[in-house]
Amino acid sequence: MKWRYFRQGLFFGMVRLSALMITLALLGMIAFLFYNGIRAVTWGFLTLPPTDSMTKGGIMPAIVGTLYLTVGAIAVALPLGVASAVYLTEYARQGIFIRIVRIGVNCLAGVPSVVFGLFGLGFFVVFLKFGSSILSGALTLAILILPTIIGAAEEALKAVPQTFREASLALGVSKWRTISRIVLPSALPGILTGAILGVGRAAGETAPIMFTAAAFFTAALPKSIFDEVMALPYHIYVLATAGTHIEQTRPLQYGTALVLIGLVLGIDLFAIILRSRVRRKKRW
Amino acid sequence: MIITTQNVNFFYGACQALSNVTLDFEKNRVTALIGPSGCGKSTLLRLLNRMNDLIDGTRVEGEILFEGRNIYAPDVDPVEIRQRIGMVFQKPNPFPKSIVSNITFAPRLSGVRDGGELDALVEESLKQAVLWDEVKDILDKSAMNLSGGQQQRLCIARALAMKPDVLLMDEPTSALDPISTAKIEELIDTLKKRYTIIIVTHNMQQAARVSEFTGFFYLGKLIEFSSTDKIFTNPDVKQTEDYITGRFG
Repeated sequence: MKWRYFRQGLFFGMVRLSALMITLALLGMIAFLFYNGIRAVTWGFLTLPPTDSMTKGGIMPAIVGTLYLTVGAIAVALPLGVASAVYLTEYARQGIFIRIVRIGVNCLAGVPSVVFGLFGLGFFVVFLKFGSSILSGALTLAILILPTIIGAAEEALKAVPQTFREASLALGVSKWRTISRIVLPSALPGILTGAILGVGRAAGETAPIMFTAAAFFTAALPKSIFDEVMALPYHIYVLATAGTHIEQTRPLQYGTALVLIGLVLGIDLFAIILRSRVRRKKRW
Repeated sequence: MIITTQNVNFFYGACQALSNVTLDFEKNRVTALIGPSGCGKSTLLRLLNRMNDLIDGTRVEGEILFEGRNIYAPDVDPVEIRQRIGMVFQKPNPFPKSIVSNITFAPRLSGVRDGGELDALVEESLKQAVLWDEVKDILDKSAMNLSGGQQQRLCIARALAMKPDVLLMDEPTSALDPISTAKIEELIDTLKKRYTIIIVTHNMQQAARVSEFTGFFYLGKLIEFSSTDKIFTNPDVKQTEDYITGRFG
């Protein structure tokens, strides 16, 4: 009797500890970055380009570059991913072809990010002659986050009750309009969740943009999508490994990481607020 | 005769759900389809507005004539059929939208744009479904806040807003309490003046109360079809009698 309660208590304790550890890991990391980086983050840090071989000045071009790359990647991947998910769940007859497509999507999710970088270099930069540019980088990141978005969108579409589809079709509404007016709006919160995850990954990845978009240093802001840009994750990498003043720029590295985390959390927060607003309207 | 089925066979994959069903539905009458679970009555109902098209791997043989035209002919658009043959489902399934939007959703898409016309349509449909007095002050509120019985009447109003000729009802009261059920049955009685109603029901008293014709199905076959009076008082087939007297099913 006692032993059973002890075992139960032990088990619950372990489960609770696991959950606590995950939270602690995140909070610890943010606290660590905050402690080491906050002094570097000044108004000038956010609004000025780097100076004195990147030992002074700010990271404004990298912030702008990461924003462009992330927004570009989402702008490409979201419609493409949602369209694929609609095809997979709503239109396609389940069969061998669909299974192959699904396996393809899952495999894509498992490909190491540096391979995406190499593919982007070979395909977008060299073969399509986009050069190292926002366009190449955003497209490479878009492919990287496609599986995440397709997966989330598929789950969201499957969660829409079949009765909604039947109700609409039985009223003599066409299949396409049923999907666009009833099914997609109902699936929107779930799709936004996928977009949030995608944003986080796209903003934080270094390897895919290393060869396709990121510049070591440009003080000027990009004028077109064919320009190279600085980007936050690559900037951290450069400062921490490839610069000539690694120790000297340590605070700047932490500062940059803090800004990157802040940017991702900021975008996430925006999407979460948007999602909860949509959800409130679409409860069933 | 508004709908006629001729030697209809229906298959889910290799499994035959209906065999050789030949049946006439009369205009402006209520026809009930009864029988034990899995007998094919709902399958037949869903064939009449091509809702079974949605299920992969199904096959129809024979003809279903709606006003003399085979609705399974290759040149027929199922969307057009469904606009003229409306359907109410077993569980109330309003859209997660306002009451007004539930009614106007389909008419808008089929081309009714004028605001005044839409308002009139909302009022008329809700009045026909005897829901107007209960919801006229909360038309912009979500339909999900209504009670189950109100939701089902909203679904009926939504179907009526498309001005169909036929209304198919698939066990429309099986998820409702007795008072809501009584309201729906009353409603069926008034609606039959303007619409042809075909209702699938598990409840034999309901079939006896609301319908003029009844078809009894068993194992995918139409066992007997006749006036409701005859089916419930003096059926020709012993199986029918056994079922309505509760000896099986």
